This record gives sequence, structure tokens and C-alpha cells, in this order.
Amino acid sequence: MVMAETKKLPTPIGEDKPRVDVYEKVIGAAEYTDDIQFGPQLLHARIKRSPHPHALIKSIDVSKAETLPGVKVVVTGEDFPNHIGLYLKDKYIFARDRVRFIGEPVAGVAAVSEELAEKAVELIEVTYEPLDPVFDPEYGASPEAPLIHPDLENYEVPNFIFPKPGTNIANHFKIRKGDVETAWSQCAAIVERTFRIPHVQHVPIEPHVAIAKVDEKGEATVWAASQSPFAQRNLIAKALDISQSDMRVIAPYVGGGFGCKAGVTMEALPVAIATKAKGRPVKLLLTREEEFYTNFVRQGLVIKLKVGCDKNGNLLAMENTMYWDGGASTEYGVNITRAGGYSSTGPYDIPNVKTDSLCVYTNHPIGGAYRGFGMSELHAGIGQVMDELAEKIGMDKIEFHRLNCVQGGDILGTGMKMHPTGVKECVEKVAEAIDWGKKDPPSAPNKRRGKGVALMWKAPAMPPNAGSSAVIELNEDGTLTVNVGGQEIGQGTFTVMAQMAAAAMGVPFDWVRVKGPIDTNYSPYEWQTVASRLTWSMGNAVVNAALDARQQVLQMVAEAWDEDPDQLDIVNGTVVSYQSEQEMSLKDIVVYGIMKPGDTGWMGGPVVGRGNFMPTYVTGLNAETGQGERAVVHYTTGAQGFEIEIDLDTGKLEVVRAASAFDVGKAINPGLVKAQIEGGFVQGFSSAVFEEMKLKEGVMQNPSFVDYRIATSADVPSRHESIIVEVPQEDGPFGARGVGEHPMVPTIAALGNAIYDAVGVRLEGPPFSAEKIYLAMQDAGVVK
Amino acid sequence: MAIHRITVTINGEAELVDVPSHMTLLQMLREKLALTGTKNGCAAGECGACTALLNGEPVNSCMVLAVECDGAQITTVEGLAHDGQLDPVQDAIIEAGGVQCGFCTPGVLISARALLDRKPDPTEYDIRDALVGNLCRCTGYFRIIEGVKKAAKQKV
Repeated sequence: MVMAETKKLPTPIGEDKPRVDVYEKVIGAAEYTDDIQFGPQLLHARIKRSPHPHALIKSIDVSKAETLPGVKVVVTGEDFPNHIGLYLKDKYIFARDRVRFIGEPVAGVAAVSEELAEKAVELIEVTYEPLDPVFDPEYGASPEAPLIHPDLENYEVPNFIFPKPGTNIANHFKIRKGDVETAWSQCAAIVERTFRIPHVQHVPIEPHVAIAKVDEKGEATVWAASQSPFAQRNLIAKALDISQSDMRVIAPYVGGGFGCKAGVTMEALPVAIATKAKGRPVKLLLTREEEFYTNFVRQGLVIKLKVGCDKNGNLLAMENTMYWDGGASTEYGVNITRAGGYSSTGPYDIPNVKTDSLCVYTNHPIGGAYRGFGMSELHAGIGQVMDELAEKIGMDKIEFHRLNCVQGGDILGTGMKMHPTGVKECVEKVAEAIDWGKKDPPSAPNKRRGKGVALMWKAPAMPPNAGSSAVIELNEDGTLTVNVGGQEIGQGTFTVMAQMAAAAMGVPFDWVRVKGPIDTNYSPYEWQTVASRLTWSMGNAVVNAALDARQQVLQMVAEAWDEDPDQLDIVNGTVVSYQSEQEMSLKDIVVYGIMKPGDTGWMGGPVVGRGNFMPTYVTGLNAETGQGERAVVHYTTGAQGFEIEIDLDTGKLEVVRAASAFDVGKAINPGLVKAQIEGGFVQGFSSAVFEEMKLKEGVMQNPSFVDYRIATSADVPSRHESIIVEVPQEDGPFGARGVGEHPMVPTIAALGNAIYDAVGVRLEGPPFSAEKIYLAMQDAGVVK
Repeated sequence: MAIHRITVTINGEAELVDVPSHMTLLQMLREKLALTGTKNGCAAGECGACTALLNGEPVNSCMVLAVECDGAQITTVEGLAHDGQLDPVQDAIIEAGGVQCGFCTPGVLISARALLDRKPDPTEYDIRDALVGNLCRCTGYFRIIEGVKKAAKQKV
């Protein structure tokens, strides 16, 4: 229909629409959790923490703290007997009987001021009996190591996690595919190498904060800087024996998450304290020091790799043994180990695979989700052994990746059939962007230049049935209010949801509102804002909700016009008929309905669209072989490359240029995709060159921004190219899949390969500091 | 605990505030005046999220005592826009896509404003140098730097 067609606006899909949250963020009006004002009834909480990495609690004396004027509540582990945890329920809100890391909560205080609360914490006397600690995951997995969780066999655990009671192994994920032993004899080249990836911290600029109020009836409200309001409601309610419907979590904008505000970390503490505070709100705001080691950290990893190929460079076998330093609790970490296990080959087609991914309890801080969990760590090793193997067999490295990278139809390590993917295109584009094969002279005689590339893949790591839902309400003026439970943590999800809702409904982009805070009382359910899953999963729910609303409108108008709804469309906010060429604005009718002819009554009613999405096809994997029909929902793939220079006099590394390419299925908002690629690239770069939690006997030596450096504006490379590849996702909204986490995954390996290319040394692990590079060059005889 | 009555001009408005001796400028802004646009990221002068202008100079407001501000002029992120008109640096950072979670944004904008007041035509090095005390974990800084360049081009 010509008339209707001419009214069509370009679909907002694939457009660089401005962020819907940006105006309030630049004027300082965007509300974050710590900005909410609670008035003079507010109590401030502080936490008494363990000074020991591993000890039995012999006694706790709170009498002096309790009698300090202004102190309203003092609690200990005695008060809260239930376990809490996302996957493996192995954690108490406050330690009971035993402490397992330095910083573990032992007691909590709420007082009328933070100073008084702090003073009361100092007055709590705890006596401990120190136990032998475990600081190394390989030792921790051995029979000689002291047990950190003697009750492991009694913990509640989902059926896809395999703890080994009587050991410190909280999960052992195995792959046994083909026959690696026979394959080694057929290999023309084999590379074996061990890497050690240190613990790092997420470092959101907004520290963790939560405020809780529990009324006399026992109904709880929590305001939290949270990626997971629904998971927090569920887990905290269970741990405190509160019904989920009597617990409300309100989550305003999050000032950076990267995984550390997923699951439950510190949020249960103020809720537990508030249960004794007689209706007064209790606030816990972590100090930057607490932020560094009392909450989730990225687990350390020791990875032992062996890979081999035939004389033509075809990969034949991989053996991958990973010891994850899970820390004092592995409630979330067990699934990191699982993700590391099922993705343990990296994006390569390898016929024979033997993987052992072990999650080991240690007396280090608790490992949790960090942006692409497990993947940056694992790929740091894989990306470098592949580089080394290509060189050993005498092949161009890009050619080696092209030959061996995973493609649609390949049978993966878990037995799953790979879907179409653009990883080959990604590596080719990255190689082109950094002029692979061309060696420019260094900028000074004392410098050496090198190039390196690494590939990556990552699947959303979550339970098989993590679900999303969305509700779309139509307003009097025809505009849409899209309600979702997924959180805006900076990635731009509210904007992308608005684009999808506008496209699916048939209205202009600026007719759509997506706003926080997420409120479990009013927002529809969302599992968690993690795993780069929102664009895909919540996007599907939003599209379904918009289609549902659209269908309601079309049915109503079809009835009014006595036409076939299939002949109707919504174009630019107006219902049009391709049959009769009638038109009707959405305005008014979507709330008030339509009057029947001759004022004989009304039809319709307020339009509310509902939609949900849950993957239903992910299958279990065999506990002994890791084999199953479909391990994951899908993989996002990509590649990254660097050209660098190393100063031979100092070991200092400088980036000449870099490029990243990711297959996002379909970029709903290319500008936001590129913003994710850039931000992830720099976070990866920062972790590769600067970051390490220096843990000595369980004590973090560098818990401040001065001693734990993250990249600043002066450190970031001046040239980085972001490349978008689009091989559509079959069940993705408009073909999209997620990309939030992926850009930092290949960075350590790509940089490690560039360092090797420049000066011929390979470090055991990041950070690739000038000092470490210089000493390695000295050891290798590159410099004297 | 002594309480001091001070007079400060905040975003052009004269304010009379009673502050304890140990209260920081950041606490005064957020807790006494509910100007919560200025953020607390470390309370140790290390992250720059609390940057405000004190008599035109950028300071970490968590490192300044409120009593020191008696008689001073303070500008916070809430004071950048005038009559619904954004400051060029706000417009430019939107256009460049330099905002993600937004928590460092107020401090970044204040540091950028101070730079452009001091040096209307900065080099890229000047921009990176001026922002070195404003940690950002989301954007990788590329689009922030781009935004400040754009703002410098738009003369007020």
C-alpha cells in the first residue's frame, strides 16, 4: 500500500540512537543507590571482619559494643543459621564456628552514625584458634591439604555441579572426547605450557551499597546497587526465612558492575541486621578498601595446557587442566569452573579433548562473576599456546587460526553442534586492520616492534533455564512504557530495549520509555543482568511483549473496521489498513478503546503486552565425559590484535595500534556495540598490563587505587579500531546476540603474543609490567 | 564536636550551612544540601568521582574540609547547565557517546570544564592529562577524550 509505505520510518534497528539514560546522567540527576535520602531514622552498619585466613571461632563477646550509647543492633552468625549461595549453598551471612578468609563478616553493628558503628565494631572481642590455611589451588586439590569445608557433602547444589566431598574440590568438570593419548602419537608438533593468572578486582567506581528496612510484620525492603534484584530477593528471602513476596528489592542505576554486583555479596548483611532494627532503615556502604577484598574477586587460575597438530597444522588434540582458586566460598565460582570446562577448547575445532576443570576452595577472598567469567583467564593460556603451536609447525599464525577455528556444523568438545559463527571473518578483519604480515621498523633503535592476535569465544554462562519477561503498557498519547527486570549498568540495555520495542510495535523510537529503578514489586522477572544475555534473552521478551500489545490493538481495530487483522499494520504509530486504506492513530484508543458504531457501546481496553523468553533446549552433560546434546545456548566469537613496541632499556610496552572484531549477530545499536568493544578492550588491557591483587598469606597488600592501578586516560592506546561482524543468531531478536563481556576476553593472549613477536619472551602470566618484561628479556639473553 | 556556620556560593546560590569540623566538602554537598550529583567513589582522593570546582579550580571534594570553603564559590555537576541549556561539554560528551554507567561522569565533566576554562584549545595530551585523576571503568576513555575535543571546538 503506497500510502502506508510512505509513512514508514526507517526501523530503529541498526541505528545509533542516543542513550535513553544519558541526559539525567550528564546533569547529575540520575539516581544511584547511595543518593537516596532516608532521613534521620537511618542507621549505619559496619562489619566486624576476620583477621585470619582460616581459624575456628572460639568466642565472640559483644557486650561492650551493645552497651555503647547510639548502638542499636549487634548481630553475629549465631542469629542467622541458614546457608546462602547462588549455585552451591556453602556460605553463611555471618561466619559461624569458622572463618575462611581475611575480611569475612563475623559480626555486624548498626548505630546512629558511621563513626559510632565503627567504634562498636572495635569493641567486639573475638577469640580464634588459627588453622592451617590453603593459598594455592593445586595444593588445595591435593589430599594433603587441610579441609576448608568439611561439610561439603551436606551442601545444597544443582545437578550440574559436581563437588567431591572429603576434599577441597567444589566442582570437577570433565570432558573426555575422542582419545588424546593416541592422538599425541600422530602429532607433528606439540606445545605444553603452564600459565598463572592472578586474582583481579572488578573496580566499579561506585562501591557496593545496600539499605534494608524490615517492618514489624517482617516484610523487607532492600535498596541495592544491584545487577540481580530478583536473585537477591530469592536468595536473601530463603536465607532469612522470608517469603519472596514479602521481600522487595529496589535497584536504581548501577555505577558499574562487571559481575561484582551479581548474585549476593554484601547485600544480605544489612538485611540481616535490619531484622533486629525494628523498622529502621540500615545502610551498609563499603569502603574502597573493603571493596577490594571482602567481596567477589576474579578467581586466580593455574592452567596447564598441551596441544598438538599434524604436519599440515590441523589441530588433533588438547589436554587442559585448570585449577581455579575459588576462595573461601565457591557458591558462584563452581559455575565459573563449569563454564571454563565446557568452553575449554577455545574457538577451535579439536577432535580429541581431555579437560579437567577443578574449582578448589582456598583461604583467599571469594571468587565470583567477572565480565565473561572464566574466559579471560582461560583464553590467556589458549590464545598463547595456539600462537606457539602455529610457529612450531611453521605456519603463518593467521592461516593457522583460519584453518582451525570453529565453524557452523563442527562438533564441539561437549558434543554440541556449533551454530553459524563469524570467528573466521573476525580474525581476518583484525589481521587486516593491523596490517598483519607487514613489519614496520621500530620508532627508535632501542625499541622492538611486534604483532599478536588472539581469538575468543564465550557462551552465556547461566542455569539452562534462566528466564526473562517484559510488560509493555500503552499510554494515552500512544507512547509505550516498557517494563523490564534487567538492569541498566552502563551497557545501554534500556536504549536497546527501546529500539526493539519501537521496531516490533511499529512506533517511532522516541515514543518508547524504558526506565528504572528495577523494583521486584513492579518490574517483571529477570534472572540476572549477567552473561551478556539481556540483548538476546530480555530482547526476545520485549519483542514478544510488543507483538502481544500490537496484536491486541490490531484485533480491536479490525473488529471496529470489520476487516481482517492480517491486512492491518502499525506504521509510525498509526494503524493502517492495506485493504481499505483507513488510518487510526494509536492515541486514545490504546487506553480508552474504540466506540462502537452509533454509540452502542465500547470495545478494547487499556493495552498491556506481555512477553517472556526462556531457553528450553539446553541439555545436561554427562558427569564423567562432559558430553551432551547442547551444552549452551550459543557462542559469541571474536578476535583482537595488537601492534606494540617494547623498550629494550626499560621493558616498557607501548601500543602502536590495536583492533577488535566481534560477531554480535546483529548490532541493534552499532554505536553502543562499539562502546562495549572499546570499554572491554581497555578493561582487558588494564588487566593485562597493570592489575593484580597482591595476596600474601591471604592478606591483600594493595587495596587502594594508588597501589592497585587501573588504566587511566593517560594509559589508553591512541589507536583502536572496533569492527562489527554480523552472522545472525537464529533465536536472537532481529538476529542479535550479546557482546558486553567478550571484548576483554582475548586481550591478555593477544598482548602476550605481541610481546613474544617483539622480543621473543613469553611470561607465565599477567600483568605484563615493564619490570617483568625486562627481567624475562634478561633471562632470555635478549638484553644484558 | 564543634559546628561551624559557613557561607558558600554553590552553583551561583548563596548558602548558609552548619558543618561539623571534620565534615568534608563532599559530605556537605551530598548530606547537607542533597546535591547528590557529586559522587563518592573512594573517599580518599584517588578516583575523581567527587570532583567539584572550588573557586574555579578542580578539587577532590572528599579531600577538602567544608569549613575551608567559607566564602568560596563551588560549582558541581548540577551547576553546569543553565536555564535548560547544557554546557557544551555536556552536549559533546553525549554526542561522542562518552557516558556508560554514568558514575564517573559528573567528575569527568567538571575536570573537562576546568580544562577548557583554563585552556580553550587543548591538545589531546592536555585532555588526557586533565582527566588522569578521573577513573572510568566502563568507557575506556576514548569517547570521553573525543567529547572534550568536540566541546573545545564548540566555542561558547
